[in-house]
Amino acid sequence: MHESLLAFRRRFYLWVALLLVVGSVVAYWYHDPQEPPNGGTLLGYTLGTVGALLIAWLALFGVRKRSYASTLGTVQGWLSAHIYLGLALIVVVLLHAGFQFGWNVHTLAFVLMMLVILSGVFGVVVYLRYPVRMSRNRGGAPRSDLIDELEDIDRRSLRVAGSLGADFHEFVASGVQRTQLGATLWDRFRGRDSSQILLRQGGETVMAANPGQDAALDWLAEQQSISGDAETVGAISELSALIRNKRKLLRQLGADLKMQATLELWLYVHVPLTAALLAALLVHIVTVFLYW
Amino acid sequence: MRYELIIVGGGPAGLSAAAHAGELGLSYLLLEASDALANTIQRYQKGKHVMAEPQVVPLRSDLEFSPGSREAVLAAWQQGIDARKVNIRYGAEVTALSGHRPNMELTLADGETLHAEAVVLSIGLQGNPRKLGVSGEERSFVQYTLDDPDEYRGETIVVVGAGDAAIENAIALARNNSVIIVNRRDEFARAKEGNLNQITRAIDDGTIACFYNTHVASVEPGSAIRLNTETGETHVECDRIIARLGAIPPRRFVESCGIEFPSDDPTTLPELTHHYESNVPGLYVIGALGGYPLIKQAMNQGFEVVEFLRGNDILPADHGVLESKFESLPFGTDVDETLDLIRERVPLFANINGLVLRELVLASELLTPVAGDIVFRKNDYTNSFMSILDGEVEIENDNGPPIQLGAGQFFGEMSLLSGRRRSATVRAGDACVILESPRRDIVKLMNSYEQVRRIIDQHFIVRTLRGGLAPDAPLEDLERIATRSELRKYTANDVLFEQGDTADGLHLIRNGSVSVSRRIGGRDIVTSYVAAGNYVGEMGLVGQAQRSATVRATVATESVFLSAAVFDEMLANDARLRERMQDTVKVRLAENLRMEAAPESGDLISFLMQQGLGEATDVLLIDETLCVACDNCEKACAETHGGTSRLDRAAGPSYAQVHVPTSCRHCEDPHCMTDCPPDAIRRAPNGEVYIEDSCIGCGNCESNCPYGVIQMAGAKEPAPNLLGWLLTGKGAAPGDRQPVDASGSQKKAVKCDMCKDLGGGPACVRACPTGAALRMAPADFVNLTKRVS
Repeated sequence: MHESLLAFRRRFYLWVALLLVVGSVVAYWYHDPQEPPNGGTLLGYTLGTVGALLIAWLALFGVRKRSYASTLGTVQGWLSAHIYLGLALIVVVLLHAGFQFGWNVHTLAFVLMMLVILSGVFGVVVYLRYPVRMSRNRGGAPRSDLIDELEDIDRRSLRVAGSLGADFHEFVASGVQRTQLGATLWDRFRGRDSSQILLRQGGETVMAANPGQDAALDWLAEQQSISGDAETVGAISELSALIRNKRKLLRQLGADLKMQATLELWLYVHVPLTAALLAALLVHIVTVFLYW
Repeated sequence: MRYELIIVGGGPAGLSAAAHAGELGLSYLLLEASDALANTIQRYQKGKHVMAEPQVVPLRSDLEFSPGSREAVLAAWQQGIDARKVNIRYGAEVTALSGHRPNMELTLADGETLHAEAVVLSIGLQGNPRKLGVSGEERSFVQYTLDDPDEYRGETIVVVGAGDAAIENAIALARNNSVIIVNRRDEFARAKEGNLNQITRAIDDGTIACFYNTHVASVEPGSAIRLNTETGETHVECDRIIARLGAIPPRRFVESCGIEFPSDDPTTLPELTHHYESNVPGLYVIGALGGYPLIKQAMNQGFEVVEFLRGNDILPADHGVLESKFESLPFGTDVDETLDLIRERVPLFANINGLVLRELVLASELLTPVAGDIVFRKNDYTNSFMSILDGEVEIENDNGPPIQLGAGQFFGEMSLLSGRRRSATVRAGDACVILESPRRDIVKLMNSYEQVRRIIDQHFIVRTLRGGLAPDAPLEDLERIATRSELRKYTANDVLFEQGDTADGLHLIRNGSVSVSRRIGGRDIVTSYVAAGNYVGEMGLVGQAQRSATVRATVATESVFLSAAVFDEMLANDARLRERMQDTVKVRLAENLRMEAAPESGDLISFLMQQGLGEATDVLLIDETLCVACDNCEKACAETHGGTSRLDRAAGPSYAQVHVPTSCRHCEDPHCMTDCPPDAIRRAPNGEVYIEDSCIGCGNCESNCPYGVIQMAGAKEPAPNLLGWLLTGKGAAPGDRQPVDASGSQKKAVKCDMCKDLGGGPACVRACPTGAALRMAPADFVNLTKRVS
């Protein structure tokens, strides 16, 4: 229905970026300095200036994104340009440096820049891929519906457990209370289910890890096998069915949270690295002029 | 004892009347059914800010009133009536009122009768709460309202009723009490969905006990209630009984006093003279019951009615407002003469009540455009109603020479009735004077006066036919057709006609919209969406005799139905009509083929219609294949609108990766506008439905919006500075702040205004980094389906 980031305005910014790349390559090809190509030649300075201005402009995206009342283009347009011009930066900077590397502050700036760009590429990939996956995973329902459904299952489980006696009720209630999915952003990113449950084993109550509700289901299977009366067996299997549904929902929710966390977490790499890059860039420029 | 004046109802109007009666030395009595003054305002939530609209009208009362908290307003009145020793009797409910000036008799609930020369009714519209209707209903532990559920702890409380009020009370009380709810039926059918879910859940959990199919038999002394259940009578001990059985609308009581209403419509107001006297001599009606819901107006009327009673024909408080309105007119400035002249010039207003006309003119604008000025443009979204008082206007016509309208005629009814854009551009002629009336006042008039409705309806039909089907037909023919047409009303999902039915006529969709579906391979496939202003049913009439598709209302819809006989006559008289019809049929057949080839796109249209988008004019959709859930749309909305986001991205359903978030869709006929006391909800020429600053924070629009897109919110603390945050990292990032109400801010209704005051279009769309957010009109939904197919 709508244009993606890359297709924005018939890939206008792709053409802008290509123009920049081709222009830089052609200039590099024809430029014939007295010394081996490096940042200190006329072209080197030119490309360096272009590169530094580009980096500054690319970093300004963070400002534009938060300037909510701005009418200077749309955020989508800015992001589309950010992506293509950010990629073009690699060529511009390589040509600026004349492919010279070393163990120095200048190469440090280059490495930081590449890390920023790589993390950005990761961001683009997840931005393009995850939305469809997330939408499919949730089956078109909002996340709050999944959570509502989960609460509903918990309520029904508690009711069934109540009919089975205090032990069962305590068991289910502890499982409900200790269902925990993605307590921190990092947990969500790892898709960690840190649920726990209190189990009665041989007269003792122990806290067991209950990822995917596995411990709960095992305990129920055991109870079912030692129970003789048909009514109890029926109620236990009803409870198992509910908890199996819960497991399915938790997986769905876990996957949703994981993808959501990924969509957020890469920015925690991209943005601080950008700050580091800006600092390194400043050092690079200052030192170059100091040792001129 | 015999009073000169008895005032019934101790709200703002009644209090003001009583205070002034005392000031003038009349023998009078004020009767109030409840045990405190201003019952309706007492029931406002604690601390609610009460506004004093309309600002242009000055206050005229012996009591004070200025905007402030509910408590401050009530305290000022209490102080005023104490200081003046106002003769008020609480707990005095009037059950009957008869006679006329000077012999009027009032009967109270306790059987006492009172006599007065004149009576002022100022009982408002809320009505008295319906009682249990069994013995013991007045016992001390029975109550019919609940102010603060947290006041009670550890009690056993029986809640009687199955409506939203009963459910909300039961759920709130169940936090700290043991609650039993008594329902006469076997389900909670009347409740809102959210309440229904909560109460069924609470009953399933056992947090609330419920008696279904149960009637209250009696209230027993010593805190108990006797119930008639399905299985027999039972006795329940309790500390408190709260009955929430709704209110008895005052209309029946008012009619029993002999007051006549012009129509049965529940919104109709009683006929009153400009002295607020009803058709019963000596019986006066003021305040909300007389059609003046705002506090200041009601208080002014209380003052004025006492003056009128004394024979002082004082000028109404709004006199000055009207005088300045009429200043620029070429008719001289006498207010009453000008009002008479308006009535004389415009036949539509010939028979309406003087007070109603005055109120209409007060709410209207008088326009004196220069010849050639545009009154409104085609495709503007305005919906006001224009009456020509003098001169003439010219309506541009795409199909021929412009149409002239002269003094006494009206225009603008097309958009008024359909809620859609203006259908033509109108230019002013020489010396033109136009009365521009807001939509809601004309709608009120149409509901009160059958004749006004009929005239406007007929014009609508004639002009619709002229604009589409029969542009060349002579006016007389069209008027004849209009009288033979029929107005049909449908609620959402009603069927206008079914595939396979005999084709019996043509429907012109007047407002709302319909979906057309065909049954293919055993299932219904939606093939198109038809908006107001278009017609359906032509295929059956031009070609086959049977309906080729099913047509269903997507929202509440009205259509003008032309029977096959009328339509055949039109065909016979107009050779080009058949051609035009056949062209339309061709387009529709092509569309059908496309949609049938891709049934899933029809499903998407159905889904969007189910979300109520059939009545939308501009809706925010989110492409889930692009949305990264960053919520930048919400942040942008909040940051550009005083800190409160008017959209909830994650909420709402999705289908085929098209997500409908909770956000205003700027309905054609906005539900939020139905009951706005200060008329603060407006539609801008480009279609944006927005709320003006005159909002009094009553919350009516919030509850009237079926899509939950209006919130009551205070202004938030200003946003942190972006540069400051970037450099120092102090405070929250812009967009991430916790919404905190700025001190002293009042809660008012807020909703999407499509950023009409910002350049560049809606901030939500402009702030979306991936282009997932988009706004579109329903007519463009078909573009979405292209992607799906």
